[in-house]
Amino acid sequence: MATANHLLEVNDLTIHFLLEDGVVKAVNDLSFTLNAGETIGIVGETGAGKTTTALGLMRLVQSPPGLVVKGEINFEGQNLLDLSENDMRKVRGNKISMIFQDPMTSLNPVMPVRDQIAEVILLHQNMSAKEAIVKAEEMLNLVGIRKERSKEYPHQFSGGMRQRVGIAIALACNPTLLIADEPTTALDVTIQAQVLELMKQLKQDLNTSMIMITHDLGIVADICDKVAIMYAGTVVELADKVDLFKNPKHPYTVGLFGSIPDITNDDDELKPIKGAMPDPTDLPSGCPFRTRCDHVRDACAAFNMQKTDVGNGHYVKCILFEGKGV
Amino acid sequence: MHKYILKRLLMMVPVLLGVIIIIFSLNYFMPACPVARRLGDAATPDQIRQGRDELGLNDPYVVQLGRFVGNIVRLDFGDSFHTGQPVTSEIAARFPNTFQLALFGVLLGLIIGIPLGILSATRQYSLFDSGATFLGLLGASIPNFWLGMMLIIVFSVNLGWLPAMGFDTPLHMIMPVTAIGTGSAAIIMRMTRSSMLENIRQDYVRTARAKGQSERVVIFRHALKNALLPIITVAGLQFGVLLGGAVLTENIFTIIGLGRFMVDSMHRVDSPVILSGVLFIALIFSFVNLAVDLLYGFVDPRIRSQYK
Repeated sequence: MATANHLLEVNDLTIHFLLEDGVVKAVNDLSFTLNAGETIGIVGETGAGKTTTALGLMRLVQSPPGLVVKGEINFEGQNLLDLSENDMRKVRGNKISMIFQDPMTSLNPVMPVRDQIAEVILLHQNMSAKEAIVKAEEMLNLVGIRKERSKEYPHQFSGGMRQRVGIAIALACNPTLLIADEPTTALDVTIQAQVLELMKQLKQDLNTSMIMITHDLGIVADICDKVAIMYAGTVVELADKVDLFKNPKHPYTVGLFGSIPDITNDDDELKPIKGAMPDPTDLPSGCPFRTRCDHVRDACAAFNMQKTDVGNGHYVKCILFEGKGV
Repeated sequence: MHKYILKRLLMMVPVLLGVIIIIFSLNYFMPACPVARRLGDAATPDQIRQGRDELGLNDPYVVQLGRFVGNIVRLDFGDSFHTGQPVTSEIAARFPNTFQLALFGVLLGLIIGIPLGILSATRQYSLFDSGATFLGLLGASIPNFWLGMMLIIVFSVNLGWLPAMGFDTPLHMIMPVTAIGTGSAAIIMRMTRSSMLENIRQDYVRTARAKGQSERVVIFRHALKNALLPIITVAGLQFGVLLGGAVLTENIFTIIGLGRFMVDSMHRVDSPVILSGVLFIALIFSFVNLAVDLLYGFVDPRIRSQYK
């Protein structure tokens, strides 16, 4: 495959956790590509392996028990899995950075926010401590926090403001790729909108590519260019946003859209996808979704999870479409 | 901050008053009589009664307590029944040794306990961790007087490297401080390990790693500073324990210290020394507690903001 024109190309990434009572297959044969300036949404239920994927891309999966079994993470033509830990540290926070899910716990409580931003600047940019502080204050200003508050500690800020600090840390070194792991899940709805707006704007200004991990299809519609639907550690459907919203293929994706309540209908009941995510230590053979799928057939148990291109770069991993690709 | 310190100093007054009442009562109801003890078996009941009258020991409980408190308020701690010297000068002559012994003991505990605890936590379940856990268990279980005697046998009697008595030079201090500090080192190590384990799993540590920070800085600058609070707490408590428990070590190494003096005074029923000695240790311990609380604020801005 050509790697040159993609900023990021993830091939067959597989991450397992080797625990005493079994192997947790968190990420299985996950593949997707991302072009410069693009935003991809990774959507899935809790436990689908989204966060593990994000940490895997940063090579921050705790090991042991975590283990990258196989796969490639080609970033700017270089497989990150081949880098030494020292070289990888030069990528983290610099070229690839991450915004975490819970702003209440992801900042160091005993360090002024300014210093936490300056830390990443000092690591990757040739600046003196003084210059780094000035830059950190500029970053705070950029995310809408006044300079006078820069010496304050995380506990003196609200959740939304802490997430802005998290964004400032992530963007301080002007990264090529930003991984946002459910950045708004822990925030109030009004604050969510503010933070998303800020991210959208900064992404545009700094021309950063982004991986937006979420379970909120609304956020995907708002901010993403393409979408990867994740189930049981693998991407079951990957498509352009408009294409996916208009023409979802995989039964799981269809189920996801079907579970969004329609405000115009006066339904009393929600329409969830029946059943629950399979136990990642004991995934079903073949297609992992077959235990919950309405279209299940015998062959599903033996399906090799081959992806089918149904046109315009719209990929789906389902037996219904096997051999019907373009 | 100044206001907070002032408030805490004022709060010491009722604490010390409580200590005074308790130790005075214990001493008052103790069946031993200092006069009879001093005069010996040959003393007649008349002599004893006369001696007790001179010291005011036949006055009612409340009168004696009032007089005792009044004297303390005037900073008059009386004279030792045994030596006739002012109690304050007797304590002042002995306290520095005890204080140094306890302080160096805790410092040794911190110097050994914190690095071992950090290494144990960062290599959880490794061979090193198991070894350190075993040593910790050993250190916490060995009585310090036994360790002291063993040290004397090995390093003074057999090898002749270190002096077995006294506390005058750094060379003298090595064995007593080791004997008294080993237990603290074990306790501080265990606390450091568990506190570090809790903190290196926190989200902010992951954030620091995501910045591309080196593991060493992640551990020391981020995790350790957050893990310090419980370590400071046990170190402070250990200091108090060693201050009061130095007596055994002082006896074994023949150190002129407050603990040994207090025990001797109890045998002699030397009430002024016992009362003032306990009060003095309580006062020092109160100050150590205050220092620990101030350190909390220094380490953790969330606590600092409550110090008003």
